[in-house]
Amino acid sequence: MEPTLIDELIPVKEFCVYHNIEMSFLNLLQKNGLIEISTIDSKHFVEKEQLPQLEKYVRFYYELDINLEGIETINFLLQKIEKQQTEIVKLKNNLRFYDVFA
Amino acid sequence: MFLNIYQEMTFIDYYKILGIEKNATAVDIKNAYRKLARKFHPDLHPNDADAKKNFQQINEANEVLSNTEKRKKYDKYGKDWQNADKFEYANQSNEQSSGFREQEYSGARSGGDFSDFFESMFGGSANTDRSRSVKFRGEDYNAKIQLNLSDVYITRKQTLTINGKNIRITIPAGIENGQTIKIPGHGGTGINGGPNGDLFITFSIANHEEFKRLGNDLFVQKEVELYTAVLGGEITIDTLSGKVKLKVSPETQNESKVKLKRRGFPVYKMDGQFGDLYVTYKVKIPTNLTEKQKDLFTELSKL
Repeated sequence: MEPTLIDELIPVKEFCVYHNIEMSFLNLLQKNGLIEISTIDSKHFVEKEQLPQLEKYVRFYYELDINLEGIETINFLLQKIEKQQTEIVKLKNNLRFYDVFA
Repeated sequence: MFLNIYQEMTFIDYYKILGIEKNATAVDIKNAYRKLARKFHPDLHPNDADAKKNFQQINEANEVLSNTEKRKKYDKYGKDWQNADKFEYANQSNEQSSGFREQEYSGARSGGDFSDFFESMFGGSANTDRSRSVKFRGEDYNAKIQLNLSDVYITRKQTLTINGKNIRITIPAGIENGQTIKIPGHGGTGINGGPNGDLFITFSIANHEEFKRLGNDLFVQKEVELYTAVLGGEITIDTLSGKVKLKVSPETQNESKVKLKRRGFPVYKMDGQFGDLYVTYKVKIPTNLTEKQKDLFTELSKL
């Protein structure tokens, strides 16, 4: 695994205070493989890159009352949608090529 | 459904938006909101502007109906709710002059329990205690950029003006038509210290009149003189990276194709990698033949 710069890390504690959430929620996300938590000198961090995804999970859990199993399912389906949307764009472009070139 | 209610009517029926009765309890409102939010939350509908609008309406409805004071006012003034502030002020003045100022109206104009809803809809300016304590992520912005095929052949920088702010973005070479890129933190400003939203830019790449693109490969048609096609020779073709000389083999057939490796389109975010360029030969039959040319063709045909 590539080493991560300290600037790219966000302390888990800080994140929890900012969002007014319990640390146990992040532990649960990690346990279920939804996020990765790094530990440096006994302090826990999440990578900045994971932030949008993590904030999304927070909204699902706290605002929409979706449990962890629901979040996992949604996450899987959203990834699938994203893949399909990319595929649709690709297919549309292929179609455009044949429409114009034919 | 939600869109029509929102756009066509000045008065918004929040009960209708949440699908609840006027005598709905706080629990009913919460449940209805949660149910609809789960259905239309923008996180669940990436790049879906309709879902986003619907969610904003649901949010607004919840903002009013889940707040006892706001709901009370909303119910009280109904379709005249926009003027509620004026009515209240008028009431307050009358009561003051007649010496019967009721406690119910005290501080109505300064408390601001009504105005944060106005802020979102009519540019008012106040917050409730509830909104002060909750952090909201800023709105995501969506933008569309139209470019030509040759514009995305090389990585370029472009300055965009989004809501009065200039943002300089890098458009990587090889971006596809219809592709969306995310510029984190350049959406709407977060509320109460919440994070900013993101900016999503979708690219619309116009067709090139000469080159057609399929993934990373480019396709072009090139006219070849009959004599060159028959006897072979050399031609020059234009590519997006400059002119290229090409040897035409003798007895080249019409519609035959040649592939020029790595002369196609740059591969997105893969520095130095390119697709291929396919050239289709269109053999040009000479016109306006002279008598001598006709004789020679006749002679050839008899051989």
